[in-house]
Amino acid sequence: MRKMLLAALSRVLQGPVAAAGRTGAVSEASRVMVASRNYADFANEATFEIKPCDLHRLEEGPATTAVLTREEGLHYYKTMQTIRRMELKSDQLYKQKIIRGFCHLYDGQEACCVGLEVAIKPTDHVITAYRAHGFTYARGVPVREILAELTGRKGGCAKGKGGSMHMYTKNFYGGNGIVGAQVPLGAGIALACKYFGKNEVCLTLYGDGAANQGQIFETYNMAALWKLPCIFICENNRYGMGTSVERAAASTDYYKRGDFIPGLRVDGMDVLCVREAAKFAAEYCRAGKGPIVMELQTYRYHGHSMSDPGISYRTREEIQEVRSKSDPITLLKDRMINNNLASVEELKEIDVAVRKEIEEAAQFATTDPEPPLEELGNHIYFNEPPFEVRGPNQWIKYKSLSHS
Amino acid sequence: MAAAGALRLLVPRGRLLPPRRGLRLSAPAAIQVTVRDALNQALDEELERDERVFLLGEEVAQYDGAYKMGFTGIAVGAAMAGLRPVCEFMTFNFSMQAIDQVINSAAKTCYMSAGTIPVPIVFRGPNGASAGVAAQHSQCFAAWYGHCPGLKVVSPWSSEDAKGLLKASIRDDNPVVMLENELLYGVPFEMSEQAQSKDFVVPIGKAKIEREGTHVTLVAHSRPVGHCLEAASILAKEGVECEVINLRTIRPMDIETVEASVAKTNHLVTVEGGWPQFGVGSEICARIMEGPAFNYLDAPAVRVTGADVPMPYAKILEDNCIPQVKDIIFAVKKTLNI
Repeated sequence: MRKMLLAALSRVLQGPVAAAGRTGAVSEASRVMVASRNYADFANEATFEIKPCDLHRLEEGPATTAVLTREEGLHYYKTMQTIRRMELKSDQLYKQKIIRGFCHLYDGQEACCVGLEVAIKPTDHVITAYRAHGFTYARGVPVREILAELTGRKGGCAKGKGGSMHMYTKNFYGGNGIVGAQVPLGAGIALACKYFGKNEVCLTLYGDGAANQGQIFETYNMAALWKLPCIFICENNRYGMGTSVERAAASTDYYKRGDFIPGLRVDGMDVLCVREAAKFAAEYCRAGKGPIVMELQTYRYHGHSMSDPGISYRTREEIQEVRSKSDPITLLKDRMINNNLASVEELKEIDVAVRKEIEEAAQFATTDPEPPLEELGNHIYFNEPPFEVRGPNQWIKYKSLSHS
Repeated sequence: MAAAGALRLLVPRGRLLPPRRGLRLSAPAAIQVTVRDALNQALDEELERDERVFLLGEEVAQYDGAYKMGFTGIAVGAAMAGLRPVCEFMTFNFSMQAIDQVINSAAKTCYMSAGTIPVPIVFRGPNGASAGVAAQHSQCFAAWYGHCPGLKVVSPWSSEDAKGLLKASIRDDNPVVMLENELLYGVPFEMSEQAQSKDFVVPIGKAKIEREGTHVTLVAHSRPVGHCLEAASILAKEGVECEVINLRTIRPMDIETVEASVAKTNHLVTVEGGWPQFGVGSEICARIMEGPAFNYLDAPAVRVTGADVPMPYAKILEDNCIPQVKDIIFAVKKTLNI
C-alpha cells in the first residue's frame, strides 16, 4: 500500500519536473527519491549529543547522549504536535467565546510534558499548576474530553465542573489554581509513594513565579528531611505572568534554590534532554536518596493566559526568535529527517491526522450538551448517601449524589 | 510496607495510651475518661484498624517544628494519593495560614474533579478560647469552616463525643475539620460500656439531646454545652426546664433536631464561643426562620456568643468575653419574659 502511494506520489512529482525543465530538476529529483523510499530505508534509531545539564550538589548528571528509536521519535512527534494543535484550537475557541474564564496555554513547552511522561511510568504520579492541558493529555485524557471540559460540557473529563485548571485522571492530580499550593500536595503524594513502598515517584511541577513562594521552601525542607521520592520541577519559561525572572528573583538559578537538595538545569526545549534528565531524576528518587530539583528552561508562545497578549513585557522579536531557533517540535522533526528516522511526508501525514483529531474533538466540544442542572449538587462528598443541597433560595434544592 | 512502618514511627505513639486489652470476665461498667484519653483511644484504635491512617502535624512528629502551610499541603496530597492522614494543628489559629490547603485543596477537589479525587483527611486541634492566650490564639473557626461546602465540621463536647466523632471522622472518606477545645482535654466524663468499644462511632451530622426540657431550647456546641447544662440545673430550681441540645456537628448541621425541640418548647437560645456576626447562632436562627419551627416560636430566637472583640489578655476582661452561665440564664429569662 505504502509502495503504491509513494509510487503515485513520485509520478505526480515527475510531472512538474519535466515541465519545469532542468533548473529545478536536481531538487525535484531528490524529492522524488525521498518520496519513493519505503520502510526498510529508514534507520531504526539514531544517537544524539544532547546539551549537558548544569549540576548542583551532584557529582554526575544525566547522560549527554540519547538514543532515539524511530518508533519513539514518531510517538514524541505526534504527542507534541497534538498538544500544540490542541492549544491553538483552544486559543481559537476562547476568542470565539466558546471557552470562558481562565485559559493558560502550553504551546512552546511541549517538550517538557512529553519528555517527562516518556521517562516515567504510568504508575508514577504527576501534579502541576494551572498550565495543565499538555500534562492532562500526556497522562492519558483524550483531547475531546479536554476540549469538552474547556467548553464546559458534560463530556468533559470533569463533567464540566472543573474547567481549564481542574482536570484530573488516574495518577494525575491536576490542574491546581492557587499558585504554589500544588507543591506541598506533590510532596504529600510522594509521602504516600514512600509509605506504600511500591517504588513510585511524584513529579511536582511549578513555575518560575511560584518558585519564590514560602510554602515551596517549607516543602523542600520536609521532603529532604523525610527523603521523599519527590522530583521538584521548575518550568522556567522566563516570565511569571508579566514579570521577567530578573525582576522577580534574587537568584534565577532555580535548580539551586532547593539549597540542600541536589538539582539539575535542563534544556526544556529538547525532548531528549528532558527525557534523559527525568530518567536520571527518577532513578535518583527510586534509589531512596530523597528529593531532587529539576529546572526546565522553556518558553511559552502565548501570554500568561488568554487575557494577556504577551507582548507588553517581551518583544515580538524574542518570541519569533525562539520559534525559529528553538521550537521543540521543529527540533525533533529536523533531527528525525536529518538522521533518516522519518520522512517529511510521513510527518506531514501525522500532522494531517492530528489536525483531523483536533477538529473532531472541537466538534464534539462545541456540540456536546452542557451538564444537566442536576449535576450542580453532585460530588460535594465522596461515598456519601444522597442528601440535599441548597440552591439560591430555600425552596430551590438539589440532590447531591456521590456517583453520577 | 517497611517504609510505612518506619514512617508511622515518625509519629511516636508516646502520647497514646496502650490499648485497653486484658482479660475481662464481665463487661466493663461505665468509667470516667478524660477527653484527652478518649481522643488518644480513638487514634490508637483507628491506627490499628487501618494501615493507611497516620498522624502528622505540629509537635506530633519527632522533631519540633511548625511548618504550617507545608505540612498541611503534604497531608492533603497524601490523602489524594490514598492515605488517610490525621493532620493536627497545635491550635486552629495556625490553620489560618494553611487555610488555602484546607479549603481550596481539600474541600473543593472532590467536586472539581467530579468525584475522581477524594480527600479522606481529618484536620484536628484545639479551637476557640483557651485561658490567657490572648487575641491571636483564641479565635473560634466554627463559622469559617462551617461556611464551606465540601467540608464536614464536627465539634465534640464530651469524651464520648470526642472518641466517637474522631473515629467517625477518620473513617469518613471526606475532609473533616474537628474542632476540639483545649480547656476540655483534662475534663473527665462518664464513658458508657458501649462507648468503650473499638467500634463505637458517633454519626457525623446528628445532634444529641443532652437534657430534656419543655420551656426553652438551648443549642450549643463544644464547651458551652457544659455551661448550658449548668444553667439548666440552676434554672430547674426556679421551675424552668431547659432542653439542651449538643450540636456535635456544625456541618452538615442537624437542624431537624433543633426544629423538633422548638416545636415543643416554643423558645430558642443559641450559645457559642465564637463571635456573633455571621456565626453558628446566626445560621441556626436563619434556618429556624425558614423552616416549620418559626410558627412555633413564641418569642424571637436569642443568641449568646463571645463578645465582639479580639480576645483580651487580663483575666477579668477575658472572662467577660466568653459566654458564661449567668449570660445564658439571663438570655433564657429574657426570652421567656421572666
